[in-house]
Formats: sequence, structure tokens, C-alpha cells
Amino acid sequence: MNVFQFIVQNRGEVVGLTLEHLWMVAASTLLAVVIGLPLGVLITRWPRLNKPVLGSANIIQTIPSLALFGFLLPVPWIGARAERLAIVALTLYALLPLIRNTYAGIKGVDASVLEAGRAMGMTNRQLLFQVELPLALGVIIAGVRVATVISVGVATIAAAIGAGGLGEYIFRGIGMVNNQLILAGAIPAALLALLADVSLGWVEKRLSPS
Amino acid sequence: MNGAAIEFRNVSYAFSPGHELLTGLNLQVQRGDTLVLLGRSGSGKTTTLKLINHLVAPTQGEVHVEGRATTAWDPIRLRRGIGYVIQDAGLFPHFTVERNIGLVPTIEEWPAERIRRRVADLLSLVGLDAGLARRYPRELSGGQRQRVGVARALAADPPILLMDEPFGALDAITRAELQREFLSLQKRLQKTVVFVTHDLREALLLGTRIALMETGRLVATLAPREFVGSGDPLIKQYLDAFGAAPLASADRGIA
Repeated sequence: MNVFQFIVQNRGEVVGLTLEHLWMVAASTLLAVVIGLPLGVLITRWPRLNKPVLGSANIIQTIPSLALFGFLLPVPWIGARAERLAIVALTLYALLPLIRNTYAGIKGVDASVLEAGRAMGMTNRQLLFQVELPLALGVIIAGVRVATVISVGVATIAAAIGAGGLGEYIFRGIGMVNNQLILAGAIPAALLALLADVSLGWVEKRLSPS
Repeated sequence: MNGAAIEFRNVSYAFSPGHELLTGLNLQVQRGDTLVLLGRSGSGKTTTLKLINHLVAPTQGEVHVEGRATTAWDPIRLRRGIGYVIQDAGLFPHFTVERNIGLVPTIEEWPAERIRRRVADLLSLVGLDAGLARRYPRELSGGQRQRVGVARALAADPPILLMDEPFGALDAITRAELQREFLSLQKRLQKTVVFVTHDLREALLLGTRIALMETGRLVATLAPREFVGSGDPLIKQYLDAFGAAPLASADRGIA
């Protein structure tokens, strides 16, 4: 039985695991945007926070995902449910591209445009919401795109702590030395990553000024 | 309150301690005057301009606008009463021409209909076709962008206009065209204008007074005719560098 026959025969389960996977990725990316975007803006305002914030996000990024899941396991509330833990870990991973791109996007706004805005009497808030964020949007979406694609990959490892998702098949396949089973998890995951990349790439292009 | 719209009282500005960009500047700009700040790069012209709308705060001394020190003004209020035009126009690339021009009225919360009418008036005032309103800055030529920049600065009808080499990046023909239009516009509007340039010809053509700056100091403030006739060695250097041509334009400007 080849992998496609397997997927068709078990389509109910495949769809279920894909949805679990998608939920973990979507929830964590959304959380990362909610946390990372303000942090990215913050470090453009207080350059002193730049190094500690980007440094911390960078360090988190270097922790192997399996180890991060392990570290979070004993943490109260977070470790209580595998799915919750997975979402927290994925959020932590997604922070770096979001903070970094928000920062870079805002820093990349043409200085003469900002000066003109300030000289015309725009307040800091007006500059941020009407000029800086709209002009940085393309770069920020690029960060979301990177974060999402990474997330789809890392989320497969969440199955190791029982959080479900397409990693289920991969780990089961490894345990049973069954390549078909591994592929049944890996192929939908790869398609998911591709789909996220293409669709967010399209959004990025649409929202980039000029 | 005295008659000067803008007054520098012994103003110095240092970027960092010991790194002085402006030293002991005393200068008055009368209402309706076009004061040209002339000088080479690094002479402090742009810094002087930015002191007026408080983009830069004086390290020493005071800058008075409409009789009040810039440090005593709410910077937002101060700036909304001062138009600002810069070399590459500094238009918002993600705003249409209409939104760019209507920016100050919008943040001043004018009613939409009044903004629309004002934008239409301004487009015709700076000689732009009404059809350009929906375009984006990238779809315009350099000259058109600069006209939009001028229209945007005039939008809320500020009494003071600051212009930092507004025509510097344009080709010679477009520049001459915009200079001519500036003169006729200024004749009608009678704004208090401070205009930065390093081009002596432009200074003589547009200025009612010329303030020559050199390494952060004001060398002299003269009317164009006095400037051309001055015996000051630095001024002579300028006149020599630009050849005899400016003399003709000075005569034209005065006559």
C-alpha cells in the first residue's frame, strides 16, 4: 500500500491531524504577532531595549525544539496540557522573526518621509499608525511568513509530547520503521508549509507599498 | 510682540558637547519676507531651518516664532502653523496625491468636503491637473512631486513656509519654471518664507533678503542688490564662483 492510498483510506484521521496542526500554527503565529509587533515597535522607541529583547528572542531560537518542549513541561498551567504547551513553544519560536522584521521595517522607513511628517505636526502616534506601520507592513508580513513556515515544521515535533498534529504519523512511522507512515505525516505538513508560504507571499506583495 | 515673524536670539546649537554646528546666531525675518539662507554644505543652513519648527532645539539662546520662544510652543501646534518643503519632497509613498496634500487638514480634523475642496484649489494653485489627485507619488515626475510638496505645505494656509533646497534635485528647465511660479505665488500669498539654497542664482532671484552662512556663523544679511555690490571677500568669492550671470538675475529680481 503506498502513501497516497493510506492517506485516502485514513482521510478522516489525516484531516483531523491536519486541522490540529493548523490550529497550533495559527494560534501560535497570532499570539506571536500580538506580542512581537508591539515589542518590535517598542525597541524602535527605546533603543536601549534593542539588544536585550532581540538577544533573548535569538537565544530562544537556538534552543532545540524538543528541549524547549521538555523545559516547558514542568511549568504550571503551560505544562498542564500538551496542546497548550506546544502553542506556547511555537509562539516563542515565532517571536524572533516578528520582532526583528517589525523593527527592521520601521527602521527602513525613509528618513525624509518621517521628517516631513514630524515637521507637519504629526504626533508620534499618528506617525506610527499612519506612516511607519503602513510602510513597514510588507516587511512585517514577510516576518509572519517566515514564522509560519518555521512553525509548520516545528509543530510536527509537538507530537512527541502528545500534542497531536501531523507529527503523530511521523513519530508512529519512526517507531514502526514504516516509511509510508512517516510520509503520510510529512507530505501534508510540507504542503501546509508551501501553502502558507505562497499565500502569505501573495499578501506580502499586495501590502508592500510601491 | 515685535514685528518679526521669526527671530533668532543669540542661538547656538551643538550636536554633542564641543561639536557646535551653529554659533551665536542673531537673525530676524520680517512678515512677508523671503529670507534665503545661502551657504555651502555643512554651513548650518538646514539646522537653522529646523530650529524654526523645533525639529531641533537650541543648545543656547532662543528662537522666537510669532513672538513666542519655540521652547514655549506646543511643538505640534507650532509645526501645524509652519509649512515645510524639502528637497525630495518627502511625500508619503503610500498616500495618494490627494491624501498627501490634505494631510495637515486631515489631522486638524477638517470636514471631508472642505478638505476635498481645499485640495482641488491647491492643485490648481500649483499648476497641477485635477486628474492627478488619485495618483501615487511614484507615478509623478520630479517636478510634479515637488509641486505636490509645495501644495501640501500650503494646505492649512500657514503664515510661515520653510523650504529646504526644494528645487535642488530638479533639472534646470523644471527648476527655472518652479522658481518663476514660486515668485508669482509668493507675490499673491505674501507668506513669511525661509528658503535654504547653495545656489547664488536662486538666492538672488527669490530672496528679498539673503543671509550668508559659513561654518555655523552668519556672515551677513543683505538685500540682493547689496549682496551683489558687497566688497566682503567671502561674498566676492561667491560672485566669482557663479560668474557674471547672477548679476543679471539680480537686476531682474529687483526690477
